[in-house]
Amino acid sequence: MTAALEIRGLHCAYGEVQVLHGLDLTLEKSEVHCLLGRNGAGKTTTLKAIMGLVRATSGSVVLAGRDLAALPAHDVPKAGVAYVPQGRRLFAEMTVAENLEIGLMARGRGAATRDGVLQLFPLLRERLGQRSGTLSGGEQQMLAMARALCLEPEVLLLDEPTEGLQPSMIARIRETVATLKGRGVSTILVEQRIDAVLSIADRVTFIENGRNRDTVEIATLRGDPALVRRYVGVG
Amino acid sequence: MSGGRSAEGPVWSLHVGVVAGLLLLNFVLPDYHHGVFARILVLAVFAMGYNLLFGYVGLLSLGHAMFFAAGLYGAGLPMVHLGWGVPAAFSTGIVCGLVLALAVGLLALRTSGVAFMIVTMMFAQALALAVLYFGQWTRGDEGLVIAQAQRSLDLGPWRLDFTDPATRYLTALALFAIVLSATLAIVRSRFGRVLVAIRENEERTRMLGYDTFRNKLSAVVISGTICAAAGATYAILFGYVGSSFAGIQYSILPLLWVLLGGSATTLGPLIGTLLMYYLVDGSNDVLKAWLPDWRFSHLGVVGLALILLVLFFPRGLLGTLRQRWAGWLP
Repeated sequence: MTAALEIRGLHCAYGEVQVLHGLDLTLEKSEVHCLLGRNGAGKTTTLKAIMGLVRATSGSVVLAGRDLAALPAHDVPKAGVAYVPQGRRLFAEMTVAENLEIGLMARGRGAATRDGVLQLFPLLRERLGQRSGTLSGGEQQMLAMARALCLEPEVLLLDEPTEGLQPSMIARIRETVATLKGRGVSTILVEQRIDAVLSIADRVTFIENGRNRDTVEIATLRGDPALVRRYVGVG
Repeated sequence: MSGGRSAEGPVWSLHVGVVAGLLLLNFVLPDYHHGVFARILVLAVFAMGYNLLFGYVGLLSLGHAMFFAAGLYGAGLPMVHLGWGVPAAFSTGIVCGLVLALAVGLLALRTSGVAFMIVTMMFAQALALAVLYFGQWTRGDEGLVIAQAQRSLDLGPWRLDFTDPATRYLTALALFAIVLSATLAIVRSRFGRVLVAIRENEERTRMLGYDTFRNKLSAVVISGTICAAAGATYAILFGYVGSSFAGIQYSILPLLWVLLGGSATTLGPLIGTLLMYYLVDGSNDVLKAWLPDWRFSHLGVVGLALILLVLFFPRGLLGTLRQRWAGWLP
């Protein structure tokens, strides 16, 4: 397999507090790679560091031979990485169509991309004129993912996409991730729901105190639930 | 927001209708109100420049008087001291505002929120003090008066005399119409949508690949340039260049006008300026007529009116109208 994204020796800090201590991670092409760890382990910080929202003090994040850690944050999405943060963070006063348009404009994409995204989320087509702040939680999550996909990313970062959603919506999110994998999109997923991880991830990296402790194939994890207990304390 | 949901037809009809209505008023307004309206139109342009930054980007500046004053003095000083004509003075006023906005933007945008407010206020205060300090040229508090003979423009066989009430009104209206069209075009453009996205969630906008600093800087420069155009026009039309226009009051007034009329609405600044001007202007007469024994400032009536407006129109007049009944309003 070829690597879509390679993180080597990543160190990050919030002021004086060091959060990542030399994290290494390889995301293969078309892989769904899940990050698991306790609260405060550094999962979300890893995603933010990839996006340049938290500056790396040392280390590299390489996408197609380009070190993203050296780019300003606004150039990272143009390089091919899209991020769906925890809590969705839509432009609540804008309509669904306007939210999508902001995503499309960022990489100069047009109607064909928009149609492709709306095929993935047909429900949004019926809500195009609706203010996004009035959508249900599940619909907002779909819109957040749809807007990220308007960038046509090679790498997608999802931070707890199933948080607070009803089972039917969670199933749709899983289906979408699987569809994107089929289209060659590589995904890093931060997820607390072990059942979701087991059903969609290819590999899992356990993060502890800002370091990657172990990376395992999903089959290994299915056969050894004690691994999750050891690193996450649940399961 | 904003433009995206706006229907093209009604939007343009409304704006053309407003400009046409204002043109009609030129022929029917009594003398006093004719002069007041000309002044309001120029000040509304000032408010529109402020609204672009405050309403659409969400940046609250308490220093926009400096841009108005940059235009005012940028046009007035060379007219008074160098004998420049209207076109050169007007252009200089605009360039002064543009350069100042660029310099202030580059520094002030390194801050956000309350710090941005304070930094912009400090820059404006520095400019206001500079106006007083260089009193030998600005005549400090007293201000400068531009000679009537200079406030005209020869266009071949025609001569535009800006001291003539009709010419003054129509010039103010022309500036208003140009800035209104430009504002409408900006807020409905891709750039305008990005500005609104920044207002909604700056980090998210950056995560989508937008250089938010550059977009905000562009907005500061456009906003400052519009305010400077209003200042330069004020100097030419009304012939007075005074330090009061550089003071903190003229940084707070456009905020009030915009809040009253409705921030992030294209016509809100006009409505707010009009309403506020006549509230202040008319409350004294109303008090004398209805409460002859009233011994307090007439501004109490203005305050009461503002409280009522905030209670019943929390998003300003047009903002509330858009929220409740007319979602297509830009």
